[in-house]
Amino acid sequence: MVAAPIRPTQQAALSAMLDSMNSAPGRVDPGNTVLPFGRYDRLHVARFVILQDETLGDLAAYGTSFPNAPVWLVFLGDCDGAADDMLRDFATTAETGLRSIFAHCDEPPGTDLLDWMRKHFVPPAAQYVNWAGRTVQQIREEAALHDFLQDCLARDATLLTQPAVFVRDRLLAEAQHAGPALSPPAPTPPAWQRERLLWLLTTVLAAILLLPFLLVLSPLLLWQLRVRERADPVITPRPTAAHLAATSRLEDYDVTNPFSAFGSVKPGLFRLCTLLLVFRALEFSTRFIYTRGRLARVGTIHFARWVFLDNRRRLLFASNYDGSLDSYMDDFINKVAFGLNLVFSNGIGWPRTRFLLLGGASYEQEFKNFLHRHEVPTQVWYKAYPDLTASNLATNTQIREGLQREHMTEAEARRWLALI
Amino acid sequence: MTATHPEEADDIQALLWSGYNALPAATFLLLRIQDREAARAWLRKAPVTTIGHLSTHQATALQIALSANGLINLGIAESVVGGFAPEFLSGMATDEARSRRLGDVGANAPANWRWGAQGEPDVLLLLYAETAKLETQVAGIAATVKDSGFEVIGQLPTSDMGGKEPFGFVDGVSQPQIDWSGKRKPGTNADLDYGNLIVRGEFLLGYQNEYGQYTDRPLLPDAAGAALPRAEDQPGLRDLGRNGSYLVLRELHQDVRGFWRFMAAQTDAGRAETLAEHMIGRQLSGDPLLPLQATPIRGVGRDAADRARNQFTYDGDAEGARCPLGAHVRRANPRTGDMPGGQRGLIAWLIRTLGIGRPDLRADLMASSRFHRILRRGREFGTWVPPDTAMQPDCPDPQSGLQFLCLNANISRQFEFVQNAWLSSTKFDGLAGESDPVTGNRLPLRSGSATDGFSLPQQNGAARRLATVPAFVTVRGGGYFFLPGVRALRFLAQGD
Repeated sequence: MVAAPIRPTQQAALSAMLDSMNSAPGRVDPGNTVLPFGRYDRLHVARFVILQDETLGDLAAYGTSFPNAPVWLVFLGDCDGAADDMLRDFATTAETGLRSIFAHCDEPPGTDLLDWMRKHFVPPAAQYVNWAGRTVQQIREEAALHDFLQDCLARDATLLTQPAVFVRDRLLAEAQHAGPALSPPAPTPPAWQRERLLWLLTTVLAAILLLPFLLVLSPLLLWQLRVRERADPVITPRPTAAHLAATSRLEDYDVTNPFSAFGSVKPGLFRLCTLLLVFRALEFSTRFIYTRGRLARVGTIHFARWVFLDNRRRLLFASNYDGSLDSYMDDFINKVAFGLNLVFSNGIGWPRTRFLLLGGASYEQEFKNFLHRHEVPTQVWYKAYPDLTASNLATNTQIREGLQREHMTEAEARRWLALI
Repeated sequence: MTATHPEEADDIQALLWSGYNALPAATFLLLRIQDREAARAWLRKAPVTTIGHLSTHQATALQIALSANGLINLGIAESVVGGFAPEFLSGMATDEARSRRLGDVGANAPANWRWGAQGEPDVLLLLYAETAKLETQVAGIAATVKDSGFEVIGQLPTSDMGGKEPFGFVDGVSQPQIDWSGKRKPGTNADLDYGNLIVRGEFLLGYQNEYGQYTDRPLLPDAAGAALPRAEDQPGLRDLGRNGSYLVLRELHQDVRGFWRFMAAQTDAGRAETLAEHMIGRQLSGDPLLPLQATPIRGVGRDAADRARNQFTYDGDAEGARCPLGAHVRRANPRTGDMPGGQRGLIAWLIRTLGIGRPDLRADLMASSRFHRILRRGREFGTWVPPDTAMQPDCPDPQSGLQFLCLNANISRQFEFVQNAWLSSTKFDGLAGESDPVTGNRLPLRSGSATDGFSLPQQNGAARRLATVPAFVTVRGGGYFFLPGVRALRFLAQGD
């Protein structure tokens, strides 16, 4: 993610420029002249958001304020391979467009655009990827394969009555003969493996060093937590109709929606350290556990990330999810309220929690008000495979894997056929 | 009506309790307030039928609902009106984002509606009567309201199709059973499985909902609302919502000839009904396509007929071999508990909740049906034609459809969710390329991919896919209303 404060006088002009990248509000033009997203075949999703924080006033509940808080422009996306390679690609092929955007920032790029983007690069505190290692190319090929197999079944009605193993053999023959190209899986870059291993080592080491202290101190820490949880103000007024309209007018054009939310971290070291610990644990789970289609029980999120800004005073949450915001929020409440509480109860105004896990997002109305109120409009949003949900992508992957398997029993073949 | 009436029966409009099956004739009147004082005076005395009235024979019944416009035009303070749900305040038709979510685009777009496109009418009157008495009742009420400061801007007639909807299916077969006793505690282990007994607070404001919480509604200080009941959760305040419900009305035109001709064209002679039954997900008689289960389901089985039609879930039919995954009733209520697939015991629950191991990716796509139930009270309109007549080339257009009407306490989590995430979703249950086989608008997605298919899973697992299924249902009107408790109605009408 690249982030830079916007020059106050330039915010309206920047907003107009971002609008020009859309063919209509909420619908990006993938070939737009500023940054033609569609040309980059390693890019899954990307967005430009102006982080206009309408909840800064909530700081008053803690007797503090954030005068002259910057309004950030953030540019973030998810791609195959290293982020830095993607930035270099952007800097060389879309320099004019990117410069025209970043020219609205406080300290616009000088002679070296790539260098400027690197300097303004903010790594996420934690991130989630629905399916580790699945490339845009693979997604497109698998989608084409699904369509091809569906057409085969539609062409020959006798296939609907034959044994499943026989049908699979027929489909396999047809796919080999006339099906879409299927590239072998992209090799995992060694650098990525090394980084992952190093991350694991340092995390385990840190855990071993920290754990005894945390254990010994746990009664004290728990007491401190409860004191805070009882006293922290809950700030969940209903969002205004105008705010709801400003966000919802950009949503529900694709089967997937972007979500961007911004807010302040509760002041003090205790909450910040809690947050850092939680993010480390979250990052561990997304790197080593939730790598195949689901974040705990939620299977509708393509990508999500949590990013600190303003020296960890404020936090951005950005995700790409299937369905409408209301169903997304219902999923949160019904399936992963505990996970949301772990992170967001360290943010100002969150509904009251107990022991960091309970309550909080379980208070439906307060939670929905909080989320709506902290949502900022995602003005420009691109997704490389419109109309495909995470569930569709998983199905397509299973279809490809099933087709490439040596052998299947009749029962396995029946389950495989049902995917098509 | 064998069960004993609930507490506060005299404060609750009877539609919450009954669909008035004993009163087969009905007409809905759309009113505009012209003279505020006169309108208030009439609303203060209007003979609204409550659950309490049902203990004696009623030859006619009247229900009254108000839109957000209506509340404002009655002179209710903005601070009070602002306590109602945002979707009620914004209305069904005037926000394009909402129209997108509801599938009200293309032919269904409000621009093509007969009524409601510019916003809800102020007041909705639902009139029910024994067949011979409706005409007199309607004429009487229409004349009275005209003299009482209202203009009748629309009349939605209905017809009695003998318990069937225009396509010929027995209608209203599955309804949530409301726990009027207030004994059910939501959120226990019992909710891991599907249950049909739903707390009052999902349909009536002022009571605990399925989260064990109170849905937002206007609460007034003691002095301002002395005539209103106290709020259960905040006894210092008066509850304008208590015993009231949000009423969703949608005029749905059904292309009965198109529906049956399509079924006939897709099948061999005599098989049209079977195909239609698979698209609906029930037999024409209302019986399910799946065998009943031996274990009872909480809230199913108030009588043998209900048991025979509703004691089933789709758990044993995960691939849709008996009832297609995208069938209309399966979309409208997937009959899932909080933990589809059934995880028992603390360890299993933990593993499932944390999502570790290799879980079935589909199992959690539609969990927790209990948060998304609606109480349906619709009525048919137009001429009844049986399926085999509708298939004939010379059958005249019966101009029929459904005045879809449902009640719920949270429009966005109940009606809108069902309409958006389940019925019109082109991705329901991991499907692709199809939306609701009956109500879907068939418009392609952004990239041009079709949504007018329908998959019929076969024995070998492969699906027979119907393509270019026409749209059978068109929305021609609609609105969000508030069906107040009687004390709330009188309060709203009392004036300054």
